[in-house]
Order: sequence, then structure tokens, then C-alpha cells
Amino acid sequence: MSNQKLHNDVYSDILAFVEYERGVTHPISVYRSTSDLTLVVPRDLLIETLTKLKEEHHFIYLVDIVGTDRFVEGDRFEILYNLIDLKQGRRLVVKTLANEDTPIVPSASAIWTNASWHEREIFDMYGVHFTEHPDLRRVYLPEDFEYYPLRKEFPLLGIPGSIDLPTSTPDQEASS
Amino acid sequence: MMELEQKSASPTFFKKHQESFYKSLEDKHTTLEFEDSDDPLNSRMVLNMGPSHPATHGVLRLLLQLNGETIEKAKLDLGYLHRGVEKIAENKTYQEFMPYTDRMDYLSPYSNNVALCLAVEKLADVEVPERAQYIRMIGAELARISAHLLWLGTMVMDSGAISFFIWTFREREKIYDIMDQLAGHRFTVSHARIGGVANDITDDAMALIKEFVQTFPKELKGFHSMLDRNRIFVDRNVDVGVVSTEKAIDLGATGPILRGSGYAYDIRRFEPYLKYDEMDFEIPTRLEGDNLARYYVRMEEMHESIRILRQCLDRLPKGPIRANDAKQAYPSKDEVYYSMEGMIHDFMMTDTGICPPEGAEVYHAVEAPKGELGYFIQSDGTGHPWRLKVNAPSFRNLQVLEHSLEGASISDTVLIIGSIDPVMGEADK
Repeated sequence: MSNQKLHNDVYSDILAFVEYERGVTHPISVYRSTSDLTLVVPRDLLIETLTKLKEEHHFIYLVDIVGTDRFVEGDRFEILYNLIDLKQGRRLVVKTLANEDTPIVPSASAIWTNASWHEREIFDMYGVHFTEHPDLRRVYLPEDFEYYPLRKEFPLLGIPGSIDLPTSTPDQEASS
Repeated sequence: MMELEQKSASPTFFKKHQESFYKSLEDKHTTLEFEDSDDPLNSRMVLNMGPSHPATHGVLRLLLQLNGETIEKAKLDLGYLHRGVEKIAENKTYQEFMPYTDRMDYLSPYSNNVALCLAVEKLADVEVPERAQYIRMIGAELARISAHLLWLGTMVMDSGAISFFIWTFREREKIYDIMDQLAGHRFTVSHARIGGVANDITDDAMALIKEFVQTFPKELKGFHSMLDRNRIFVDRNVDVGVVSTEKAIDLGATGPILRGSGYAYDIRRFEPYLKYDEMDFEIPTRLEGDNLARYYVRMEEMHESIRILRQCLDRLPKGPIRANDAKQAYPSKDEVYYSMEGMIHDFMMTDTGICPPEGAEVYHAVEAPKGELGYFIQSDGTGHPWRLKVNAPSFRNLQVLEHSLEGASISDTVLIIGSIDPVMGEADK
């Protein structure tokens, strides 16, 4: 798969921006795994960086937000924002970490409206809270469910009794 | 307000969930409030639609707050088909997960297989033979036509013509027959393999595909002539469910919804995969952003798919259909049955599977019939993914639906859902 745009010059402005930020305030680190450039941004710089990327670098299209569980102490959860620059046709991943004890990340839904559901999904699956989210509810599982199923400690077979099931069968309801 | 409280008090099943769901409707725009004195005729109500409603195309549940016949606010409730495939994926090898992808977007299983394979191949750096890439393209384009035909039938049915559904299903049946010959299954095909495809195109399958490519454009022309100037169909769809370009991008619309709103974003051109960069095809786009625009976009996409199919059939090269590397792909059945090494390799692939490098991450997307279908995979060096995330286009388009229903008429709801064309198997994961 070498036909991807792998050259750094596509991302030269982003790298310059990261260099500038590095000199002034906090470290933003950069790496590239298979093709897309990934910025690792500290939590307190997240909203500022995302806003800058959208307004100055034209990343106006948010494709997806991914949550992952690294299963380590401290910064346990990763949140990855998959962004697209529609002008230059390039992809960028912004990654931030969330702490295990206080899994709180600022919400990006004020920047891209569609961040709302993706953040709800991460909240549903990992229990990461997003501050200033307009409607932070579970998206798939019922609110009555108390666990976060994509955390690594959640068993594959589920937890018996964790979901309240109807006590009656349809036949009983029909006859009553 | 009274009605909301009554409704939220009644359910006994998933009580907390129902309460917060109904409450979210009130919270969505805090500036709007109900005053009974404003509403002497009591024309405001909350309508609960679904989850098992014939027009919601699956198990989608909508909560609509109405003022007369106008929808003031809409909220969607997903998760009635949630099976936790991402959790399952973490406990399976990459190849074992493939049958689950068939059941995500079950209207185009082939695209899902290809999307998973491409992501894993990019992650583990597997080179796929050219012939396999062409076979995948043929399968994916047939799947696109099949999915769009189902959309066409149901959408025309939603606007009032029942018999149309039968005609599009007659064409879909032909694609099922092709899939039967090509992959050995009609519906959940699981034909792609990591490193190639399961089996080569047989002569029977080839004959069927060639016949389909010959006959289908005529049928498509028939569909066009029946609908393009049909007064009822056009009047029902024009200026309904309008999504502007800015709104579509801001709401993360994808696939025909985004293209119908005027932005020519197609992964086949944006980040070409397989051999799409060598293919000659157009990206159909419309500016209006209404139901009719999405109708034209999908109809033209079927036409473009036929064009791609023709080019694939012309250029289909000879050669192997799977990577010839025991660490990367299953050996052929001949090897498994007649050589010891082949059997060992087959066993190892089944037991451990392909092991991408530790710490590698990948995002690879394909243009599925519903839009950008992407797989994000994180590897921990074993045969199981550490994290596998599916970026489902239906999920993203449903979020557009939630916003575009506001201000629409209740009678158009069914049509707007139809033109968004969600597949709940995929949206709910």
C-alpha cells in the first residue's frame, strides 16, 4: 500500500505549527504509524489545537472519534480524532489521553457538530466524560446499564443480571 | 410538558433509559418551552415511532415532538441491534472476524469484507495479487448496485408505489445468483480473504456477470423513465429533507448524502484503494441536497458501477488470487490437502492468524454503498486486534437525519428516512 501520500511535505504546515507550539508551551509529539500523521496533544491544549486545525488548516470535516483502552495505569484511555482537510485532501489524526481516575476530556462538539454522537459512543463504551457536551447520554446501551463494555476488564460474555429483561413472555401479555 | 411526564412515567422496562430519552427532547433547545396557554387546541404532542415500525428500515426508534404536523424536535434512539461486534473482534483473529462484517451492513456484505481485508493488509503490509484486486472490485461494485436497488425499491414504496419494489428485487435476485456462483453464498458472502479472495471467478459466474452488465443498463433506463418525470414521485421528494453543503460537512454526512448536498467526496477518488485510480468513472453530485438529489446521485452511481464493472471485466488479469506467503494468507486447498507444510500453515493461520507488528495503527476506508466505511485497528503484535473500531456510514448519516428532520412535516418523515438509507446492523454495531 505504498500509493498513499506518505511524504512529509503534505503535512509541512502542520509540522511547522507543531514546532511553533513546542517552542512556546506544551509538547505536542508527532508520529506516523502506517500512513496518516498523528499528533499527540495534551488534554488542556486539545480544544485550542482542534480549533486552530479547523480554522487555519481547513480540517473542517470530522470523520470519526475513536476511543481505546490501553489498559495501563494513569493515562488509560486514548481518544483519537480523525480529521480531513477537504481543500488539500489529506487526513490527520489528533490523539489525546484520558486519565483512569478522572476520565474527563473537553468536548469537540462545539467545533464539529457531529462530534456529539461519536463522543456519546465513547462515553457509552468506555465511560469517558466529555465536558460541555450538549447531550451526554449513552448511544447504544440503555441508561440502566451500569458498566462500560469495551473496557478491557469487562468480560466477553457480559455480566449476568446487568440488563433488566422483561419478566413476561409475549404470549402472557397477549392473554392478560 | 404534561404529556412528556405522563409518557416518561408509564414505561416499566429500561425505566431510566426511557426517562432520559424523553428528557433529552426537552433539553435539546432550552429556549423553547411549552405553555399550555399558547396551545389551546393542544396540537403539540410527542410521537414515538419505532423501534419496530415498517418504515424505519430496521429497528430505528424516533421520538418526534410535533406541533400540528410539523416536527419541532427529533431524537433518535439507537442500539436495538447492538451486538458488540467491536468487543467480539478483540477476541477473534482477523480472519475469524470477517463473517461478523457481513452482518454489519447486510445489504452489501462484499464491501464490508473488502474494507476489513484492506485495513488488515495495510496494517500487516500484505501485497495482494492483481487478479484478486479486480475480483474484489467486481464484488464491491455488484454489492453497491444491490444495496442501491434495495434503497430504490423501498424508497419508491415509501412514496406510495408498492409494485416497484418487486421489480428492483428481480434485479437484486440476479446479483444474489452471481454472488452464489462467485462466493458460494447468496447473502453473507465472506468471499474476501486477508491476502486475496477465497476462490477464483468460475466460468458460470463470469457468464452471469457479463449478462448482468449487458441487461442491467436497460432496466436502469426503465426505472429512470418511470420515475424521473413521475409527478407524484417528484412532488413528494423535491425540496424535502434538504441538507445544505455546509450543514452536511458540519454534520459529518457521508456517501450519497454528502454528494447529494453538493460535495464530491468519494473515497475511491480521495484515497484510491484497489485499482480505482486506473478506472474511468465520474462521481455523481447534485447541489440541491434534497431527497430528489439523493435519488439522482444513487441512480447515477449504479450507472457508474456498471461502467467500472465493464472496465474490470475487460482488464481482468490472469494470475494467482491470493498472496503466496504462508505467514500472511491461507494456503490454497490443494496445498492443504496434499502437502504437510500446507496443512501446518492452514492450521497456523486458523489458530494464530496474521500477526501485524506491535503498536501499529491503521485507518483504512472504502467507499461502501452508504458512504465512507472505515476500519481503525490497533495491533498489539498478536493475532487478535487490540482495538478494532468500525466507522459506520449509517451511524454518521443517522446523525444528519436527527438534524434534518427538524422543521419537516410528519408525512415526510418516512421518505426522509428512506432517502438517508440507514442500515441498522451497521449503525448499531
